[in-house]
Parts: sequence; structure tokens; C-alpha cells
Amino acid sequence: MIPWLTIAIALPAIGAVAVWALSRSRTPAADTAQTNRAEAAAGGGTDTITRVRPAQRSASAGAENAKRAAFGFSLATLAVVVAMALRFDTGASGLQFEQTHDWIPRFGVHYAVGVDGIALVLILLSAVLVPLVMLAAWREHEDRQDGGAGYFALILALQAMMVGVFAAADVFLFYVFFEAMLIPVYFMIGRYGRGEQRARAAVKFLLYSLAGGLIMLVAVIGVYVAGGTFLWTELTGSGGALAGIDTELAVWLFLGFFIAFAIKAPMWPVHTWLPDAAQASRPGTAVLLVGVLDKVGTYGMLRYCLELFPSAVSAFVWPVVALSLVSIVYGAILAIGQNDMMRLVAYTSVSHFGFITLGIFALTEQAQAGAALYMVNHGFATGALFLVVGFLVSRRGSAEIADYGGVQKVAPVLAGAFLVAGLAGLGLPGLAPFVSEFLVLIGAYAFSPVAAVIAVLGVVLAALYVLWMYQRTMTGPTPERLSGLKDLNVREKWAVGPLLALLIVFGLYPQPMLDAIDPAVERTVQIGTADAPAADGATAEEGGRE
Amino acid sequence: MIPLNTDEGFSGPVVTTQAPTLDWWLLAPFLVVFGAGVLAVLFEAFVPAARRRGLQIAVAFLALLTTFVLFVLQAGSLPEEGATLVAGVLAVDRVVLFFQGTVAVLALISLVLITERRDGRDAFAAQAATVPGSEQERAHIMAGSQHTEVYPLVLFAVLGMFMFPAANDFLTMFIALEVMSLPLYLLCGLARRRRLFSQEAAVKYFLLGAFSSAFFLFGIAMVYGYAGSVNFAEVRAAVENGGAPAFDGGNGEPLMLMGVGLVAIGLLFKVGAVPFHNWKPDVYQGAPTPITALMASCTLVAAFGALLRVFFVPFGGSLELWEPMLWTIAVLTMVVAAIVAVTQRDVKRLLAYSSVVHAGFILTAVVAASTDGLAGAMFYLAAYGFTTLGAFAVLTLVRTRDGGQELGDIERWAGLGRRHPGLAGALSLFLLAFTGIPLTSGFIGKFAVFEAAVAAGATPLVVVGVLSSAVTAFFYIRIIVVMFFRDSEEEGPTVVPAGMLTGGVITVGVAATLTLGVFPGPVLDTLLPSDEAGPEPAAVMVDEASLERTAP
Repeated sequence: MIPWLTIAIALPAIGAVAVWALSRSRTPAADTAQTNRAEAAAGGGTDTITRVRPAQRSASAGAENAKRAAFGFSLATLAVVVAMALRFDTGASGLQFEQTHDWIPRFGVHYAVGVDGIALVLILLSAVLVPLVMLAAWREHEDRQDGGAGYFALILALQAMMVGVFAAADVFLFYVFFEAMLIPVYFMIGRYGRGEQRARAAVKFLLYSLAGGLIMLVAVIGVYVAGGTFLWTELTGSGGALAGIDTELAVWLFLGFFIAFAIKAPMWPVHTWLPDAAQASRPGTAVLLVGVLDKVGTYGMLRYCLELFPSAVSAFVWPVVALSLVSIVYGAILAIGQNDMMRLVAYTSVSHFGFITLGIFALTEQAQAGAALYMVNHGFATGALFLVVGFLVSRRGSAEIADYGGVQKVAPVLAGAFLVAGLAGLGLPGLAPFVSEFLVLIGAYAFSPVAAVIAVLGVVLAALYVLWMYQRTMTGPTPERLSGLKDLNVREKWAVGPLLALLIVFGLYPQPMLDAIDPAVERTVQIGTADAPAADGATAEEGGRE
Repeated sequence: MIPLNTDEGFSGPVVTTQAPTLDWWLLAPFLVVFGAGVLAVLFEAFVPAARRRGLQIAVAFLALLTTFVLFVLQAGSLPEEGATLVAGVLAVDRVVLFFQGTVAVLALISLVLITERRDGRDAFAAQAATVPGSEQERAHIMAGSQHTEVYPLVLFAVLGMFMFPAANDFLTMFIALEVMSLPLYLLCGLARRRRLFSQEAAVKYFLLGAFSSAFFLFGIAMVYGYAGSVNFAEVRAAVENGGAPAFDGGNGEPLMLMGVGLVAIGLLFKVGAVPFHNWKPDVYQGAPTPITALMASCTLVAAFGALLRVFFVPFGGSLELWEPMLWTIAVLTMVVAAIVAVTQRDVKRLLAYSSVVHAGFILTAVVAASTDGLAGAMFYLAAYGFTTLGAFAVLTLVRTRDGGQELGDIERWAGLGRRHPGLAGALSLFLLAFTGIPLTSGFIGKFAVFEAAVAAGATPLVVVGVLSSAVTAFFYIRIIVVMFFRDSEEEGPTVVPAGMLTGGVITVGVAATLTLGVFPGPVLDTLLPSDEAGPEPAAVMVDEASLERTAP
């Protein structure tokens, strides 16, 4: 049997090391160019993509090779993941492609991997996004000493951990990936980011995530002390090691995990790191951060909070739903008020993540299936939007909405891609996010009509922020300074094109993904509601009161 | 007045007319280091100055290597329950051997840093007895004088560190404490640069150290008064019987309370727990950096070895007496040190406060008072020792642009990561390990101690622990920010080439940090005690005598 998941983790990890090594092997010419660049860097204003001098272009041949190698590794990983996905049995509800080896026997820690449908589609999402992000970022860091090869190495390292975090079937292993992931992102924002505030944003991101992660560490330890093992398959289920723990302990452990996931997700009121991080990120970083990394939070709620501590779920349903609704409306309203496009897209994500958490905690099958599907679709839609915004930013060096206008006349392809990605974000029928949003709303209505009605507000506001941004940047008269704006080149079209295609394909035909997701969702919903008949009564009662 | 019948039940440490039988094999490591120290003193007296240095270095390395090999061999041949030496004043079991072996390895690595020379000069003053800035000092510098006394001093300090966790009665422990501390007081005052700072550090360390020793000694007297003996096993037995036979009705408890408290002050001072931590930042900053490295790694390991031994063996039966005290100290240590550290600008001071915070984390494992806690603390100490050595090795390389002295000010490290990515990367790894990021040894250590604490029901302590590590993350990360994300300035540092020796130390630090972080299994399984091996937590560090007593 082929260890698919291990290959998908190891391949980018090896790639990261290889690319890093390649980027460090310098030619003598590179050293002189390096001093030039150091001077250029000392002059400040490295935000904009400075024009690459011919001398540097020849000197950065090593970096070019390193980047090609990185791209190759990401494509190879994609191939492995796709091959694995084709072998996935959509009929089974448990974990597949399982592998279990002892890692630290003293603490009952295993190297255990395995995926269900939800994890599989998220791994697919990350595998699709990484090569596209690399394409989009190809020319971004050419004014740097390493020509951007270090950035590519970091992306690969991050990819290994992204696959690992979704594939982990051991709570400890999950935690290791969950925390270790922060480091590459930290450097991607702080070192390769955009603007004066990038170091601050990177630290803010890291401290928020670390604080959440450390609280989760207590809960992780608690799981081990209560259950005696970290193996997910041994912990969960009616006969699992955690089945017998008392509800109060379960509530505390649930809370420990939940705080970390809520910070990651990002849920109101612990979302404040995201707009800063997104604004200071390169578009590629933002795509991976919002598109994949934040999904770890919602995935963790589904996989760990709900399945490890079913007896605690009923206590959290209403508070979390309430927070989700606040996130939906609050994120949307703040998005409307933003002047910076990157921040705007970040706030739309706060709103969208509200939909996802609402779907998860509505505890109905449609809602959870919708939430799981939403995670993937949001990755595609927001990824595309971030990339297009990034292309725009790379042309003018500014993300301020006020700096643009009438772009669609000079760059129609860019404007078209912008529109499609934006419409996907607002949930236009025919594009992928509509399906998931619709499912979440149906499921939420079954759970509580009031919640569904409030959530629909978010959809309405979404139309406002997307279309208004489009109107301000793309339509109207083209100012003089933008007249020379270039349209998307071939590389950029290849970076964003596949995402738009996927948005349309999954908008019209979401069935393959739903087939993969459904058995896993059935399992979680059963677990979440099985042993809580009293909870059902309580929620119905509370719903009635509303 | 406590009614006291002085006729019965009081015995000195060794009251016997028969000469004790000596187990030369188990005694050999102590004798080797001691012999090497004496030999080194003789070299100082009789060998011409020009040839001393090479000889001293050779003897010191040889002695430490030999002892390490001896420890390894002893670990293989030692009976499961350990053995006592020299009429029961020393006890050796696997746990003690782990501490001693760790000290030996860390001391060897520190010795590499101590021997490192830049432009023919090491980190120590040419002639410490001269007034800083005086004519004589300049004359000595011009003449190229050097303090080769450093080597015998280090050897004696290490001898004390070997004895400290192995002591089996309070008096021996006190002697070990002094043997360890006195050379360190001297070594602290020997820095070549910024000599006034260094001398201030030495005086401060000496005065506060002397105070803490006095507390320790007074505590011993109290314990002796209560238990009628200073032997660990007999103290433990006395505690179980409600005090020495002199106290009928168990009314001697105030003595015991005072004894535990005062002894704890002496040990917590060496460990650097709040509120006994004030010496650490000053001493770490003032001492020559290689000596700081020695203190931050070896002394901490030895001191915690002794602390664990005292609280698990003689005081092991009186958990309820000292648990609230250590709870308070652990919380104070983690919170106060973490908050104060945020305001620090000097890297050495920052690492000193960081070492205080780490002491707090390890104290949570002591509070757990279980085999898991012991094992967690042992792993933590070993992991921390390697990481901290690597970090201090990096510090010795970063200098100011003009005078060539070490550059402690963090703000001026800007741009280091751009120009020296390897060095800055290594330091970042060490800092991430201090933070406790997974895949580094620091994370496994933190997990081990916190797991033990939660299992022992000290969850609130662990919550305080994780919150304070979130705070500490802030200042570790800040160093990385300055190194990597800020453009360099005019005043930026220069980095002297690492050379074989310091480069080797950094490499070992990186390798140990990663290996212990990714594959901690072998160390955890084979070297550390576990519940399957030992029947009860305290018995792991107990000598034969107490085993006989507790056996049914």
C-alpha cells in the first residue's frame, strides 16, 4: 500500500529544504548584485515591485532555478494528492489512507495520519492553491538578496504542514503541525510582507495564534490525562477513551480547543489580527493564510471540538451561533467601510467564517455539509479575489481603493477576473460559494429561523461591499495616472484562471465534493447530537423563546 | 518551649569507629575531577607561564571526558536501586547519574567556549587583581598575562555540581553547594571587558550567595533538630514517624516547617526562583559570557538535581508541608519574571530572566511530586542546557563595531539576519525552543513538565504557565523581529567569524535542540525513570537505607 499522505507531507518538506539549499548556492556575480540590492533596500520603499536591473536578472539565475524547482515540487504534490483523491472511497465514513507508527511512546504519541472526506477536500484545496500562489508571486521578490527563493521555500514548508495538520489522526501530531505552521507564515509576513507595519502585523499574528495554541496545549494535555492516548480513532466514538469523562471536564477541554480555533478561524471578537496580517501580506501569503490556514480553525471545531467532546456540545451551541451571527454582520459592515482592498477582503472573510461556524454549530446535516463545502469554496473564491487584488497592487504599489478607478477600460481581463471572484464571494448562483451558502442557510433555518434570517443579512451586505468596491475601482472614467496600466500577462492568467474555472465548475456541479464530504458529516452530526436528547429540548426551548 | 529529651535519638552524620568501606569504582568520577583540579593548581605553581595554558586545557578536557565515560559505564553496571558511598554521605542511582552525565557534557561544551580565543585573547581579564583602567592593568595586558587559574576553578565548580545532586545528607549537600559556588563567585569577576560590571556582579553574587548559604545551613540545623539526623533516609523516616523520638506527640512540626522553608530558600536561590532571583540578571550580564553559559546550563541542572532530591527524598513524606509554598513560588516565578523580562533591552539580561521563567516551568514538575514530574524536569533541564549554551555561544560572536566588545543591546542587532542568516537562524531556533514551538526540544520539555503537573492535579499552575509562556513569546519573538525584519543601521553589530570551537558549540546546540525535539523517544524511554520501573515517585531518588525501610 502506498503511504499517500506521508508522501504528500514529505514531498513539499523535502522540496523546502532543496529550494533553500539551491537559493543559497551563489555565483560570484550574485554577490556583487547583492550589494547593489542591499543599497537599494537601504533606500527604503521596497514595497513596490522595483524594476529589475539587467545585471540582477542574470545574477538571479540561481534564484530562478530554485523557484522553478519549488514550482515543480508543488505540482508533484498536487499530482500525489489528486491521485490519492481518485482512490478515495466516498462510501466509507471513517478515516482512509491510515498509517500509524509510534513516535514518542512515553506520551502515547503516534505518527498517525488518515483522512475523511472533509480533510481530503481541504488537502486538495491547499494542493491546488500552492502552485497558483507561486505563479502569482514569481516576480514579487526579485529585488531581494535571494530573489524570492526563500519565500518559495517557506511556501513549501507551509504546504507540508498544511497537509500534515489536516491529515493528522493523533491529537499531539495535530498540535505539532498546528503550532509549527505559524513559523513559516510569520516569516512570510514579517520578512516578505508589504508595508512599514509588516513586522508589527507578523508579531501580532504570531502572538494571537501562540496564545490560543498555548491554551489549547493545556486541553491537549487534559485529553491525554483523561484518555490515556492521543490516537484520534481511540479517543472518539461511543466506545472511545473520552466517552466516559464527565461533562464539566468535557466543557473545559472543549473550551480550550475552541479558543484556539476561534482565534485561528477568525471569529469575532478575536479576529483583530487578521485584517492587519492580510494588509501586511503579499497576496500569495494572504491566499494561503485566509484560504487554508484559517480553515484549520473551522476544521478543528468540526473534527476535534465536536467529535472529542460530544457531551459538551450542547452547552456551546447557542453561544457559538451567536458569535457567528455577530461575525457575519460585523465583518460585513466593517468590510464596507474599508479603504484598503486587502483589509476589505480580510473583513469579508470574517463574515464568511461566520457562515462556516454557523453551519458547523447548527448541527444539522445540510448545515454541516454546507460548512465543509464552504471551507473549500471560500478558499477558491477568496484566493482568486486576493490574487486579483494583488495583481492590481503590484501594478500601482498601493492597495488603497481611492487610488484606482476605471480600470476595466485599460485592463478588461483583470477587471473581469475581479468581478467573477467578487461575485463568487457574494454568493451569486452558478458560482461555487452559492451552493455552500445556500446549504448553510437551509440547515440554519431548520435549526433556528431567527439565526437564518440574521445570517441572510450578511448575504445582502456582501452584495454591497463587493459591488461597491468593484464600482469604485473598475468603473468610471480612467484617471490619467492609470492609463498605462497593463492587463494580466500570461503568467497571471494562469495563476488566477484555474481558480475561476473551479468556481464555475463546482458552482454548477458540486456533487463530487458533496459525495466526499457527506459520510464524514453524517458521522459528526450523529456524534454531535446523539447523546444529547436533553440538549435538543433545551435548544428548542431557547429557540422558542427567541 | 518544645519539650526535648536530649538523651535519645540524635546522631551525627557519621558516628562510627570503623573505617567506612569505599566503593572506589563509584567514587572514581569525583576523584578524577578532584585530582585534576589539584593537579591544575600544582601546574599553576610550577609550570612556566608560557606552557600553562595548553596543559591546563588538556587536563581539564581529559578529566571531564573521563568522568563522562565513567558515568556511562556506571549507569550500565549500577544495580537498579542505586548505591550509597562513603558511609552513606553520597548516593548514586540512575537519576543522579543522568544529572551528573548531563552536567559533564554541558561542562565540556562550556569549556570549549572558555578556551576560545579571539586575536590571542580569551574572555578573561589579563590580571583580575589590578584596578580597572590603571597603569598596572595596561602593563599586564601589554605583557599578555592570562588567568589560567580559570581551569582549576572550573574543575572545582564542576566537582561541586557532581556532588550536589548526589549528596545523601544535608551536610554533604551544603559542602557541595559551597564547592560549587565559591569558584563561580571568582569566575564571575574575571571578565576582560567592562571589568567594573564584572566585579560588581561577582560581589553581588557572593554576598547574596553567602546569605542564601546561611539560610540553608540554618535550615539544616532546624531539620536536624526535628529529625535527629541529617541523613536523607533518616529524615524521611523521622518525618513519617512524626519527628525524632524526642518529640512525643508530634509537636516538633514548627521545627520541620522552618527547616523546610530555610533549606528551600538556599536551593531556590541557586535555581533563581522569584523572589530569590535578583542576582541572576546582574550576574549573567556581568560575568564573562562563557562563564554565564556554564552557570546557565550546568549550575541550573545541578541545582535542580539537588532541589528535586531534597524535596523528593528527605521531604518526600511531607508533601502537604511544602506543596503550598512551591505553588506560590512557581506562580510568582513564572509571572513576575515573564513580565519583568518584557522590559529588558540587554540580551544577556533577557536570557537571565528567561532562565528564571524556565525555572518556574520546571518547578511545576517539582510540585507534581511524581515520577513523571521527575522525568519531565530531567528532560527539560537537559534540553534547556543545550539550547542555552548555543544561545550564549551566539552572543559571544556579536560585537560592537568599534571596540570589539560584546553587543548586548537588542535594538542594535537590526539587520543581523540579513547579513548573517546562518548565525541569526541558529539563534532564532534557540529562541523558538525557549518559546516552546513544536519540533524543538523546548516544546517536548514543556509538554513533559506540564503533563506531569496536570496529571497531579495542578492544572491552575499549568494555566498560569501557558499564559506566562505567551508573554515570554513576546520578547523572544522581538529579537527575531529585530534581527530579520529591520534594516541595519550605522551602529550595527559586527560578527566575528565563529571559528571551529564556537561554531562547533552552536552546531551541537542546533543538533541537540532539533534531535530532542523531533526524536525525543530514546531519551525519554531509556534514560529517564518511569512508573513501570519505580514503585513510587520518591523511591526513584532514594538510597538503599530508605528502600529497606519502605519495603514491606
